[in-house]
Amino acid sequence: MLSFVVRRIIASILTLVVASFIMYVLTANSGNPLQDLLASNAPNAQQLIGQRTERLSLDVPPPLRWFQWAAGAAGCLVPFASCDLGVNLNFTPVTALLPGAVASTVRLVAASTILAILLGVITGIVSALRQYSAFDLGMTFFSFFLYSLPSFLAAVLLKEFIAIDFNNWLSGADSSFGLVPTIVITLVVAFFLQAIVAGSMKNRLITFGVSAAATLGVLLYMDATNWFQSPGLGPVGLLILIAGVAFVAVVLVTGLGNRRALLAAGITGAIAYAAYFALQGLFDISTIWTIAILGLATAVVSFAVGWVLGGNDRSQVIRVAMITGIVSGLLVVADRYLQAWSTYIASPRINNRPIATVGEQTVGLTGDMWVMGLDTFTHFLLPTIALTLISFAGYTRYARAGLLEVLNQDYIRTARAKGLSERTVVMRHAFRNMLIPITTIVAADIGALLGGAIITERVFAISGMGSLFAVSLDRVDLNPIMGYFLVIAVTAILFNFIADLSYALLDPRVRVK
Amino acid sequence: MTTTAPTDDQRAGESQGRLILKRFSRNGIAMVSLALLLLLFVFSVSAIGLGPIPGWWKHDYVTPLPPAEGGRPTLSLIPEWLGGAGIMLGEHPFGQNRIGVDYFAQTMRGVQNSFLVIVLLAGVATVLGTVVGAIAGYYRGWVDAVLMRITDVFIVIPAIVIGAVVGRMTGGLGVQWLAITLGLVAWMGIARLVRAEFLSLREREFVEAARVAGASDMRIIFKHILPNAVGVVIVAASLIAAAAILLETGLSFLGYGIRAPESSLGLLVSQNQSAFATRPWLFWFPAAFIVIPALLINFVGDGLRDAFDPRQRRFSRRRTKEMPQAEALPAVPAEQKS
Repeated sequence: MLSFVVRRIIASILTLVVASFIMYVLTANSGNPLQDLLASNAPNAQQLIGQRTERLSLDVPPPLRWFQWAAGAAGCLVPFASCDLGVNLNFTPVTALLPGAVASTVRLVAASTILAILLGVITGIVSALRQYSAFDLGMTFFSFFLYSLPSFLAAVLLKEFIAIDFNNWLSGADSSFGLVPTIVITLVVAFFLQAIVAGSMKNRLITFGVSAAATLGVLLYMDATNWFQSPGLGPVGLLILIAGVAFVAVVLVTGLGNRRALLAAGITGAIAYAAYFALQGLFDISTIWTIAILGLATAVVSFAVGWVLGGNDRSQVIRVAMITGIVSGLLVVADRYLQAWSTYIASPRINNRPIATVGEQTVGLTGDMWVMGLDTFTHFLLPTIALTLISFAGYTRYARAGLLEVLNQDYIRTARAKGLSERTVVMRHAFRNMLIPITTIVAADIGALLGGAIITERVFAISGMGSLFAVSLDRVDLNPIMGYFLVIAVTAILFNFIADLSYALLDPRVRVK
Repeated sequence: MTTTAPTDDQRAGESQGRLILKRFSRNGIAMVSLALLLLLFVFSVSAIGLGPIPGWWKHDYVTPLPPAEGGRPTLSLIPEWLGGAGIMLGEHPFGQNRIGVDYFAQTMRGVQNSFLVIVLLAGVATVLGTVVGAIAGYYRGWVDAVLMRITDVFIVIPAIVIGAVVGRMTGGLGVQWLAITLGLVAWMGIARLVRAEFLSLREREFVEAARVAGASDMRIIFKHILPNAVGVVIVAASLIAAAAILLETGLSFLGYGIRAPESSLGLLVSQNQSAFATRPWLFWFPAAFIVIPALLINFVGDGLRDAFDPRQRRFSRRRTKEMPQAEALPAVPAEQKS
């Protein structure tokens, strides 16, 4: 094991050195870094050219210049050594440019990655369980379509249709749903849900009817209360949602037969619901740290509830309690954000046009944590959707193929043969084994994420890693490009390594050598 | 794995190639996609011609013409008896861009360039990847180690990053050079797949037999092992082909790929995204012609995968009924739940 790790590290360093050399020489030859000065009419252009040439050693041929760069960059990989990645064309140190870009990119890609994994895996599982049903074929077609959809098309379409149309609708005189959209939404939701449930015609019809009625009710309620102007879950809505979360958590993890799990979920949900009323005053003066502490408290309390009520199958009951507690906590926080919505859209900077199409925040907007949080949300909403759509397709296919493969294994047949319920077979025997290959894919994907979404960042004018790269490439600004490369290459190598190790840890059949 | 256990397809004792062809041609979606793809290719090439050969379309993709009807598209697909203007192309079926250039010609030129990029990029990447993977997998040892480390080096640099740098260097040289250079940095996936395939195939008896018979290494690699690994290669090539469209249009969108006055679908979208509200057709036509070929290639690739890998083929209830002892049995547990 130790020799594996050491050999891997040495190989990775060599890879990094050679790749950086290739990248350096290629980039240096992609254009002339003096271009803007050569074309300028400034009286001191000659002097500026000389200054830049001297400061960036442009008179040294690129292969040799790489050694200068590597000498400084080597310090960044060794702990406690001074880190020198050079300066850009304006003589700003690259080490000062990178943190901001990394932060923007993480904010952009983190949510979309989590969403894509969650939605993709869930859809993939449902597709696999309903193999060759209408839902499966529809999802297969949809994911193929997403595979073929370039990210810039998705981004431009979202901007044009979601942002502008939604804003027009919200700021327009009549912001109600109207008859036709209400009917269409109801039918689509109901049709979708009955396709997921599948089974006999009777089951489908019941699902269709119930979900259509529920959707229609929700839509009419939203219409009547002018929901998009002053949204909120409200005490009743929150109660229904928390109860739903507790129910789903119990059904998925243990099944309704388990009294202890049902009780634990009920108690955790009740605590979360009580906290909703108790915390409103505290929320008004909250900072992000208050929320973090509350989140920690939620986790501890749910864990304790599960522990106390656990009995014989403690780990499962703890899992039920924690899922219920944390999701309910998120709902309570989401409700507080929704309460701030009317303040947010009414502020003069927003003026009822909340969904932003460019940038990371509204210039000049002031407000408490909730309003600023909503501002970030509206700015990152569209790029997050665009990125989610693109990576969603891959996870769906992986999850579907993975689950089908696992379901064909002998141990699944054994599990069925000894009379386990379908839920136990799928959730405990199949689902966990399916997660092994997904874990490694996720680890490798996260490693590639920091590269940023060059195209999405361009379309939405977000100054993350991708736009740092694109802007620098336009100017043949070598040092920022190499700084960018160093960050993404090191994370990619690191996470690939983690992916390999996690595979070996999760799957005893695999041994690293 | 084309030499898997016998399946119910092997009743007639046909060759592997024929079986695969048969399985593929039975796949309706894949066949229709392939036909449409070829049709689109012929249509785009014949419309504006190729090189010195003129096409049947009257306008070219660079000359500005006097704008007619505000540059609106004249294409009409609704027949007269349904209240439309009748099925016709008109003077400018896709409209005209801001300076009056015929948009149909520009889009068709973009489609043509897409096909050129697909063929060259996927071709270069496939050949290079196959050769590297085959040599690494066949010789193992230090040859394998060196080649795989080189592969790692190229994998570390993300495709779009190296594509952007390479595209910036060669974008001005013309579409074919852009495509070939991009192919030189897109071969790593195929190399890994082919290597894995070779590592297992080289231990088989038929390789040993060939070696005993005195075949040279090159002969064993290309005549004996490669035909058995061709399934992996073709499926991976189809995936690269679909990715090639997205890479080229993405780079052209960013301004690192194909440049004006040459036409690329990504470039057209990028040039006209700001005119979306006033002249939406300038956006929709190139957008559709990016998505459609990519989608068709993905369907063809999926069909090829099914055809080459009969273990994962589509499950058909009817076939299991006809042949109760068929190999399709493992698929049954997953099927029972639906």
